[in-house]
Amino acid sequence: MKPAAFKYVRVDSVEAALSALEQYGSDAKILAGGQSLVPMMNFRIAQPSVLVDINPVNEIDFIRAENGWLCIGARTRQTTLEKNPDVNQKCPLLAAAVKWIGHPQIRNRGTLGGSLVHGDPTAELALVATLLDARLVIRSTAKSRTVGPADFFDGFMSTRITETEILTEVRYPAAPPGSGYGFHELCIRQGDFAVVAAAVQFTADDVGLCTEARVAVSGAGPKPLRIPAAEKILAGSDASAAVLDAAAACVPAELQPMSDLKGSEAYRREMARIFVRRALADAWSMAREKR
Amino acid sequence: MIRVRVNGVEYEREVEPRLLLCDFLRENLGLTGTHIGCEHGICGSCTVMVNGYTVRSCLMFAVQANDADVTTVEGLAAGGKLHPLQEAFSEHYGLQCGFCTPGMLFSALELLKETPKPTDHEIREGIAGNICRCTGYYHIVQAVKAAAEQMAQKQT
Repeated sequence: MKPAAFKYVRVDSVEAALSALEQYGSDAKILAGGQSLVPMMNFRIAQPSVLVDINPVNEIDFIRAENGWLCIGARTRQTTLEKNPDVNQKCPLLAAAVKWIGHPQIRNRGTLGGSLVHGDPTAELALVATLLDARLVIRSTAKSRTVGPADFFDGFMSTRITETEILTEVRYPAAPPGSGYGFHELCIRQGDFAVVAAAVQFTADDVGLCTEARVAVSGAGPKPLRIPAAEKILAGSDASAAVLDAAAACVPAELQPMSDLKGSEAYRREMARIFVRRALADAWSMAREKR
Repeated sequence: MIRVRVNGVEYEREVEPRLLLCDFLRENLGLTGTHIGCEHGICGSCTVMVNGYTVRSCLMFAVQANDADVTTVEGLAAGGKLHPLQEAFSEHYGLQCGFCTPGMLFSALELLKETPKPTDHEIREGIAGNICRCTGYYHIVQAVKAAAEQMAQKQT
């Protein structure tokens, strides 16, 4: 229950972090909040020989609203996301989802980028990034590239980022005017990993029709999944109870859940349907109120 | 070599990078009030304050506390007088074996800093990251509520 020995490299800039990664290659791991990595090291599931500690890298601790986007530095703590006024106004779904991550003590250390790169299929931040089609800015010494969730989340605990790259920033589209969201998560005890979670964003027009709907589910596949079949039913509809029922009903067939101790495949499919239905109801009533 | 201030006292120590903050506090500084339960960030008994925020000291390396201000349960009482939360835990039977108590106190302290008048539900949420196997939590909730009232009175 104690970590194996490692070499500790503390860096205070992205550039220094990148050159450390260049130097140590596959032996190195980035240490951000450490809320997933350190438990794995304590169990010796992970035994990196070099840790590059990016906690002092303040240049990637920021929240900026820019041209309809909310740009957030990857080392921003989850507690900051939860409480920041810009996040709460411009991307309230993100702030709501963060409250479901672990406990305050975890969120005080845990970072935005750390959670995303870790690639846990039940992670709230991965679900929100998938739902909102966030842009992920990834840097290496040679270049910077920006990808969407489909090109980033690869599968169970796996993300498409090379060992000499760092995720530096995540950009979320600000919630459109007249939009509402819903976020529902099933977990066995408060603060546990999700069994399944559902996130929804609705936009309503002036006459009360749904102009855009986004639906995503986590915990029901190797990574969070958008549900285009449900979105298609919702877009352009009046989002009546019957429409919401129909949209939720098509969710189970779109999932690829696994069975484990927390729930069977069938249970996850059914719970995903129910939690999507609840999230739809919340999102639609919020969108209508705001109209 | 790291320099860290714990409960207002400055320490300089040479440590191995893999030394966890909780082990540093207990083994190197002899501050055994911080308890170690699960060692993987689930039980909350090793919770301390680092620069004013609660953290799990089993999920942080001592080297990361370089230049930081750490408060452990030994630093809660001031001038031989227990902190109002400690008083309330004692008075309301908020503990039996006491293993979870140091961590519980810090989670409660952070909660009260942000939510000075918490509801029972908010208290339960605030301490949800700390596992107690004795009390069934009821008395802890009562203690935190009593402490909140005490602390509010003191401020007015």
